[in-house]
Parts: sequence; C-alpha cells; structure tokens
Amino acid sequence: MSSASHYPSDDQIWDLARQEGLDPFPVICEAVPATILYEFAAYLIPGRMSHWSYGKAYHAMKTRYDYGLNKLYEMVINANPAYAFLLDSNSDLENTFVRAHVMGHVDFFKHNLYFAHTQRDMLDVVARHADRIRQYEFEYGQDVVERFLDATLSIQEHVAEPLPPLMMSARQPAPSSGADGWTDLWQSLPSEHHRQVKPSDQDDRDVLRFIMEHSDELEEWQRDVVAMVHDEMVYFWPQLRTKIMNEGWASLWHVRLMRALELTDADVVNFARLHAAVTSPIPYQINPYAIGYAIFRHIVETRGIEAAFFVRTIDDDVSFLRNYLTESLVEDLHLYVFGPEQDKIVVKSRHWELVRDRLVKEFLHGGLPIIEVADGDFHRRGELYLIHRHEGTDLDLLYAERTLEHVRLLWGRPVHLETISENRKLILSYDGQAHSKAVV
Amino acid sequence: MAGFVPDWTLQRKGAMDQARHQKKIREALKQQLPDLITEDSILTADGGRVVRVPIRNLEEYKFRFDPWQGDRVGQDQGEGKPGDVLGQIPAHKPAGAGRGQGPPGEIPGIDYLEADVTIDEIAGLLFEDLGLPYLRPKMQSTIPRPTFQFKDISKRGLMGNLDKRRSLRENLLRHARQGASNVGPWQPEDLRFKTWVNVPVEDNNAVVIAMRDISGSMGDFKKLMARTFAFWMLRFLRTKYEAVEVVFIVHHTQAREVTEEEFFQLGESGGTKVSSAYELCWDVVQHRYPPTQWNIYPMHFSDGDNWSDADNRRTVEYLEAMLPMVNVFGYTEIREGGYTSTLMSAFTKIKHPRFQVVTIGSRKDVYAALKQFFPRTGEGIGYE
Repeated sequence: MSSASHYPSDDQIWDLARQEGLDPFPVICEAVPATILYEFAAYLIPGRMSHWSYGKAYHAMKTRYDYGLNKLYEMVINANPAYAFLLDSNSDLENTFVRAHVMGHVDFFKHNLYFAHTQRDMLDVVARHADRIRQYEFEYGQDVVERFLDATLSIQEHVAEPLPPLMMSARQPAPSSGADGWTDLWQSLPSEHHRQVKPSDQDDRDVLRFIMEHSDELEEWQRDVVAMVHDEMVYFWPQLRTKIMNEGWASLWHVRLMRALELTDADVVNFARLHAAVTSPIPYQINPYAIGYAIFRHIVETRGIEAAFFVRTIDDDVSFLRNYLTESLVEDLHLYVFGPEQDKIVVKSRHWELVRDRLVKEFLHGGLPIIEVADGDFHRRGELYLIHRHEGTDLDLLYAERTLEHVRLLWGRPVHLETISENRKLILSYDGQAHSKAVV
Repeated sequence: MAGFVPDWTLQRKGAMDQARHQKKIREALKQQLPDLITEDSILTADGGRVVRVPIRNLEEYKFRFDPWQGDRVGQDQGEGKPGDVLGQIPAHKPAGAGRGQGPPGEIPGIDYLEADVTIDEIAGLLFEDLGLPYLRPKMQSTIPRPTFQFKDISKRGLMGNLDKRRSLRENLLRHARQGASNVGPWQPEDLRFKTWVNVPVEDNNAVVIAMRDISGSMGDFKKLMARTFAFWMLRFLRTKYEAVEVVFIVHHTQAREVTEEEFFQLGESGGTKVSSAYELCWDVVQHRYPPTQWNIYPMHFSDGDNWSDADNRRTVEYLEAMLPMVNVFGYTEIREGGYTSTLMSAFTKIKHPRFQVVTIGSRKDVYAALKQFFPRTGEGIGYE
C-alpha cells in the first residue's frame, strides 16, 4: 500500500481542526521552492514593495538555509482566506505536521482580539502599495524613492498600537503635557507665525501619522509613502505583540491534531523528533515555540481546554506571560536571567518571579522603545520634539542619532529627541547639518 | 485548483532587491577603499581570501535599546548558576565603535553589517580608478599578446559564429542548381561559419623599477606603507597590462637587485645612500630597457633620511639624467613626523612633469598616492 495515501489532504486537516474545536479561516496551501518561501519570509508578506533591506534579509535567511543552519517549514499569511506556503521539499509527514501547525495560526489570527482590526485583504493592499512605489520610482527616480523609504522605514515601528475593540482609548492627557492655557493665548494672537502643531492625544504615540499630517516638507507622493508604511505596520503590530502566544497556540494544536491522526509507529517517532526540534532551546534567547507551547499545555492541564480558548482570544504576550508563566514552568523550561555586570555577561538569577518580570518587560511594546511626539512647533520654529518614554533601558545613542537624521529628512526642520542616558536627561538634536547633545 | 502549479521561477523580487543591496555594499566599499587597502592582513594574502569589512552606512538605523544594557531572559539545560560568566563585553562596543573587533560570539543584540569580500574584489574596485600615464607604443615587444580576428570562413564551426548571409547564399545556390529560385529546406552543408585566426599584437612595453629603502631608519610603519603601496602597484600593473616587467631594487648605502619575495620581506639595517639605488636604476635602464623600446616607471620608496647633502646632489644628478628617458619617475616619501627631509628639499627644486612626489604620513594617504601616480586617462598627469 502506498505510503502517501494515509496522510490527510488539506481539506481533511481543516475539517479535523474544526472537529477538534478550532475555527480557522479557510486555508489555501501552496508548496513553493525555498527561494520563494524565504523571499516571502523576508518581506513578511508576498507582493510587498521593493526595498534593499528586504533583499538583505532575504540574502541572510537564504544563506543560512543553504548552509543547513536553519529551515523554515512554512509561512502563514493573516488573511481571509488565509494562505499557507509550505516548502516543496517537505516530506509528507512534515507537511502534515506543518499544516496542523498552520491551523493553529489561522485560528489565532481569526480570534485573537488584537487582530480584530487587521485588514484581511492585506495581500491586495500590499500589492497596490508595491505598484505605487514602482510608479513613484519611475516618476522621481529609484534613488530618490529609496532614500525616502530608508527614512520612513527607520521609524516605521512608531505607529499607534491598534487597540482591541474591547478597550477604550480614554486615556486622560497628563496634566503637564499637551494643551495648556498658553497655547490658546498664542493662538489668539494675530501673528505671521501661524504654525500651531501640537499633538492631540491620539497622535502622540503615532510618530509616522504625525509626520504625515503635519510635515510641511512632504510632497504628495511622500505623504503617500509614509501612509503606506504606516498601514503595513499597523497590520503587522498584532503579530509583534503575540509572538509567543501565536507560536505556542500553533504548537499546541499541531500536537493535538497529530495525535488525532492515525500515524504509523515510525511517523510517531519522526513527529516527536520534529516537535522536539522546533521547541528546543536557543542559546541566550528564548524560543517562543517552547515557552508558548509549555504555557498553553499547562493551562489545558490545569484549567481545561475552554480556558485555553479564552486565553487565546483575549491575551497578548505581556498578559499571557504575566498571568500564566508559573514557578514550575520557569523551572521546567530552564529559564534564567542574564545580563551585563562590569565587563562580563553573567547569569544573574533563576528565581521564577525575576524571570517572569524580566520577560514581561522584554515583551512590553513589542520589545521596542516608546517614542512620542511632544511638540511639532518646538522653539516656535516648527521643529519636531520627540520624547523617549524611558522605562529602565537607555537607547542606543549612535543609532538614535543616525535615526534622527532620517527623521530630519521627513520633517524638513530641526528635530530633537529627549531621552535619559546613564540617569541623566539628554536631548539629542539634529538640524540637518550637525548633531548636538545637551544634558539637562 | 488541483494540479495547478504556478511558475515560481517568475518570482524574482527577492533576488532583485538582494542585488540592489549588493550594489549598495559595493558603493560603500568603494568609499572605504583608503582604509581597506592598508589592512595589514591583505598584503600577504592571496586573491581569493575573504576579509570581513564592517559597513556602517548600510545598517538599518532605528530607535532601539542599547544592546549592552539591561538584563534578558535565556534558556539553557538548567546548568547555569547565578554568577556564571557567559561572555565578555567587548572593550569597544560595536554599537559605538567605528570598527568591530571580530565577532562577539553568540551573545545576541549585536546587529552590524559585515560584508565578506575577497581581495580580488577590493582590487577590482581600486583598479577602476587607475591607469598607466604617458604610455606610448614602443618598437619592439617582448611578449606578443595574441588577439583574435575573424578573417576566415569555414564549413564547420560554432553556431554562435554562424555567417547568416553566406549560409543563405549557399542555400540559394544549392536550390538554384536544382532549378528552384527561392530558399528551400536547409542542409548542414549550407552552413558557413566565421572563424578566427590568432594575430599577435605588440603590446606597449612597460617596465617598473621598484626601489625600496631598507635602511635602519625605515621603521615598521614606513616599511608597511612602502610594501602596501608596492603591493597594490604591482598587482594593478599585472592586472591591467599583460606585458609588464618589474625590476626590484633595495638599498641602504649600497643598492642591489633582488627577487620580488626579497623585496617585500627584507629587513632593515645600516645607513642610506639613495644615489646608489638611482645609479643602479640608471644602469638597468641603460643596459636592459632602452628608452626607445620601453615605457619606464621607476618608483622609489624612502623616508628621505639620506646620508649627506653630497649624496643628495648626486641623487639629483642621476634623477635629472633619467627624467628624459622615463615616463614617470615616482618618489614616495614616508614620514611619521612633520619635518621635511633633506632629500625632499633637494627634490622640490626639480620641476619636471614626469617627476611625481608623494608624501605618505598615514595609512589613508596610500590610496591618494596610488591615484596620483596612476591617474586615469585625462586626469592628473595624463597621456602625451
């Protein structure tokens, strides 16, 4: 009897997933060669705009694959219907395992609240963006568009985090910030100086949107480029904030679905090997598959599968880790805190609460610094004043200075960044010619 | 859509953006050439060797946390105890330093781009900007360079060399002989191919006379600069011109001809009499490379710390006698301090278009010196 026949088809796996309780979008599976799979992975979504940085990522990933250092089995796109691209050299067993895993991801995309706003036709959207970028390259020259994209992408992460529908965006502005009596007074004065750009509270976390709306320098096509990058980032944000959960949920379900299939003894062993490989520890990092899988399994064992479904719907990585990473899990996963001490990197602690709190911190805001717009009319000369909300870790100042050069290009006037470095308040400035640094 | 297999070979975006990235690396490398060509490791290496070059301007700058600050969470097999040392923080953090000090191991957080380039690639970038000045065709060539000229027609040959017009005529003729008046079915015997003959072409004869001061005052830095310059000069000449001969001369108070290997390796000792080298150079030119037949490029590397004013005068005499015969006479003075050597003072009085003087005071000057001695057509010294 042929060995292929007892592996389920795409539809059979989808049906099985639904029987077992998942509710994924329809899934279209396609087998693609490694060059294509790694290309999609480098751009994060097929058909996206061209930029050398994606080429760089593609080259790096593909090289690791060519040297056998890393293998990507699949790539799933959050869309309705969802797309799953599988490596065409996967074995039948690998493909079964990968598709089971994909069902978990697609169910997660559909039900996790942080994804509620995501455009499910994003494949079309990014393809239209790519077309427009090509058109701009044709009109204004590749170098000009590329230079502008370099600048825009440098701050692409600083968009307002889209909030899930249950949450209110009713944060009150802090008494010291934003609109005060003086602003009104200035506004009422007749003056040549009519530039009054103050961030409203919706704007302040969204540096990209603020620049797009208020920069005097941008041409229409440039505003469009900023808007495209903005919209793509808003689509990707939920994936940034649910890395552990998403992989954990998919891993939980590849195990559950594979167990529901009738596998031969050899396949059971091979599957166990595959599962062990994806959940194995990575030195000096955490493996999101391993941690996410362990936590979800623990939830299922202690509170039942319904609780796990509930968690999958309402949590993100930060709340997931804070609420469900227990003492026994930290021990079983061999997690530890390490960090710099004088000129060495040392193991600091294995205490579970320290590990948990540290991990939560690492995942706050997707692990990215929070940069807000404080003033779009600083010095009353239309300069841009950004604030880094310091939460214990300093910025990489060299990187910050170089990034300010990009921001200056977008804003067209001097830009400033307030941050804290070595416990002192520091203002970095760039006026288009020279950098300056002021300790306050 | 069962059975539908899309043609994924049409998808080329990743490869194209990768090429764009590579092109940017190339541009960045070119900007770094002055630093690159004086890398210590390059001089002794063969062309295929790979060197790692940090490229700062192709990093994707963004607001990010200091990678060396703050604790992180890791996962191991349970063996790490608090206090165990996992690694060393490099003295020069890659985040701030101009140049990284090798790979930092497996500790994450370091994200700076390094390009792997072979020395041949560096040479290729460098040589794009260089040319041989005052090169003239000379009478007699020592090494004829073969060239190919399509002069003949044959019935057999490579399809790429098919002579379509002649083949068509053969086809017409064959059918005409059978009474048909137009092009008919093709037979192998209709085909005619262009074939080539080897025509030896005389090249421009060029000889470089490389002279190096190996006296006691030539310290490590000076020696390194002289060798670096000579290394690239020879590599350049051999890449661009098939028939370039090189004579190697070293000198302290006496000069002698040495092999290429010795030229690069000989250590230092004794005093300096530059005139000895120039005398030998003169001798070599007179007896072996008559100026009517050769393009001559003497190149001298020294710190200018000559024995006496009397010898300086002698040196200038030889130099002035040689200048009408040579294409370019290059004098490279390598200095660590700011003073002007007595030899340089003597040389500055000579105003002759064929006499080029360059001072190397730091590594970066090597690149400028190469460009001054070997300008491209129309730049700098120029052609006659």
